[in-house]
Amino acid sequence: MLRQIEGSRAIAETVALCRPEVVCAYPISPQTHIIEAIGAMVKAGTLAPCEFINVESEFAAMSVAIGASAAGARAYTATASQGLLYMIEAVYNAAGLGLPIVMTLANRAIGAPINIWNDHSDAMAVRDAGWIQLFAETNQEAADLHVQAFRLAEELSVPVMVCMDGFILTHAVERVDILDQATVDLLLPPYEPRQVLDPADPVSIGAMVGPEAFEEVRYLAHLRQLDALERIPVIAKQFAEVTGRASGGLVSSYRTEDAQTIIVALGSVLGTIKDAVDMRRDLGERVGVVGITSFRPFPGDAVREALRPATQIVVLEKAFSVGFGGVLSTDVAMSLQGEQHVLRNVVAGLGGRAITRRSLEELIATAVRGELPVLTFLDLDHEAVDRERTRMAGTRRSGPSAENLLRDRGTVGVSTSRSDS
Amino acid sequence: MTNQPVHFYQVGSFAVGNRLLRDDQRTVQSNTDRANSIDSGHRACQGCGEALGARYALDAAMRSCDGQIVAVNATGCLEVFSTPYPETSWRIPWLHSLFGNAPAVATGVAAAMRVKGREDVRVVAQAGDGGTVDIGFGCLSGMFERNDDVLFICYDNEGYMNTGVQRSAATPPAARTATTDVVGPEPGNVFGQGKDLPRLAMAHDIPYVATATVADLHDLEHKVERAMELRGARYLHVLVPCPLGWGSASNETIHLARLAKETGLFPVFEAEHGVVTNATQIRRRVPVQDYLSLQRRYAHLFGAHPRPDVVARIQSIADANIARYGLLDDSDQEVSV
Repeated sequence: MLRQIEGSRAIAETVALCRPEVVCAYPISPQTHIIEAIGAMVKAGTLAPCEFINVESEFAAMSVAIGASAAGARAYTATASQGLLYMIEAVYNAAGLGLPIVMTLANRAIGAPINIWNDHSDAMAVRDAGWIQLFAETNQEAADLHVQAFRLAEELSVPVMVCMDGFILTHAVERVDILDQATVDLLLPPYEPRQVLDPADPVSIGAMVGPEAFEEVRYLAHLRQLDALERIPVIAKQFAEVTGRASGGLVSSYRTEDAQTIIVALGSVLGTIKDAVDMRRDLGERVGVVGITSFRPFPGDAVREALRPATQIVVLEKAFSVGFGGVLSTDVAMSLQGEQHVLRNVVAGLGGRAITRRSLEELIATAVRGELPVLTFLDLDHEAVDRERTRMAGTRRSGPSAENLLRDRGTVGVSTSRSDS
Repeated sequence: MTNQPVHFYQVGSFAVGNRLLRDDQRTVQSNTDRANSIDSGHRACQGCGEALGARYALDAAMRSCDGQIVAVNATGCLEVFSTPYPETSWRIPWLHSLFGNAPAVATGVAAAMRVKGREDVRVVAQAGDGGTVDIGFGCLSGMFERNDDVLFICYDNEGYMNTGVQRSAATPPAARTATTDVVGPEPGNVFGQGKDLPRLAMAHDIPYVATATVADLHDLEHKVERAMELRGARYLHVLVPCPLGWGSASNETIHLARLAKETGLFPVFEAEHGVVTNATQIRRRVPVQDYLSLQRRYAHLFGAHPRPDVVARIQSIADANIARYGLLDDSDQEVSV
């Protein structure tokens, strides 16, 4: 049913349709509205049977989900940013144990400096944890991906993280078609665990494994992710057949058929990039967009195929590996081995900085002229950075850079600023 | 032919042997139909108190609920010695996740059983003292305050023995560990620190808190059975001497556990909803020196440079416990300490 609805609410209602049996909740912006809404449904009895557990930390949230999943229950939680990092040991553990937990990650920057706004640093921090990571472009896709995520997770016994941009998606009120129960039940059969804690058939789960078998266990996890590369398009196709709506899949392409330059990105920024591409297309520039929905497993072959028309690839990402550069761009580069593309990397939108259509248009124009450097930080205030570098060079006790930059920009404490000399 | 003399009591104890008891009073372990939850062949050290405690506790729990148990284990000695790949000692469904999250994992298992209408399946979580009082405390406190339906058992050997005997918040004052070395003017662990987990558990007002030692296995079984009669968060703290970490003889494990109780250093009691309902009386009070001197972790208090001042401070801790829990009848006060 079409609804004008907040993204978080759409996720909560869709997750409820997936009949989760144990939901653990710990508040952190910007995912909080999701678990609040699910909590209210459980308390009111409209989502039943379901145990909603208010835990004392994200570490406990994932741990409760681990216990519930290992005992055969469909388990769900949501987190973001610092919360994801606080639970990271359990995040790895859930994947290592092969437990099909589904978690929403409302993507948010990681401190310090503390920042509640959107980027993808959190998702990248757990890139290697063994979870499937799916990125939603819109709230409709985010909602749809949750149904597919439970299906995928339970088929493969691998946990799935649905990544949606914090605030940009979670707090945006827009049109979303919420599925009905019968449709979701058709798409998502009851959970049949591959391993379960059952007194009638005792097993030891989580036993110690030494060098004699550890590599094999890890390789099996890798194979399950490769299996996911096969299953993700199949599940998306089934979803489209039942709902009449294309959602999910490995990658998506927009106006790439004759594109000389293709921009690659994750998540909601794809919409803005498409607008910018439309504008530049009107000016005769042959540009297109490839969105990556499945970041883990990384669909190398599909990416390579999608980028084949272009001579230049610009990977735009909301995260970077400090001291190196792009994370996504590294994966794209690996997928393009043997190809002759020019590869450029743009870091943008860190800590919620708006990625405007105007900036993207300028970026595309620069790229089309062949003038884009290997690594660009979009809309970076180089002068402010240079002033802080000068302060740091001038005095040992230059103070916290974050505060200095805020003062520099006139955001705080101008009248009490330290001497710049 | 010489008749073998009959011993009615074990040496140095008042514990009555099983063979003198009626069948219904005998331990679960004396029954050949016991569950053997943790089976033979594991790799615990000789004289390991934890292996003994876990065996008695889990088999008693199994008997209490007709074998309908799921066990969750924190990382630690018990986890490591029981599941070296490709073997496992567990004959019950058993899940190990991490060092610090056993209480939360157990909460998840209990929630799954509730949502599936399998409340006949009971959940037991186990950890050493590190996994309980230190790294696991956040999750444990959360499990307590929500009153989740979990029996949590701490096997307390007073340190991180699996990693090579380091100090935990359960390590007693003056004890030598690898991180509280016997150097400097105050050798060993410092005074005035540490966590008293049973009292912290009581402060959560949970249905049941009890302590026990592996010296009195009837009592341990009884407390497990009592805990299993109740629902909600229950906490059992079992003192389990560690020959490796304590520097004690393997055949002294039971003796040391008994001395810990008989000195007053380890009060054995039960509490319901935050109120002590029963404290096991000291039968034959002994000075702490008798307990300390059997352990190399306290060797620096005796020998060539004795520290009677430190022993006296430890004695005062025992005295305070005796007063707090009323561990001594007045008639026994004349025993010299």
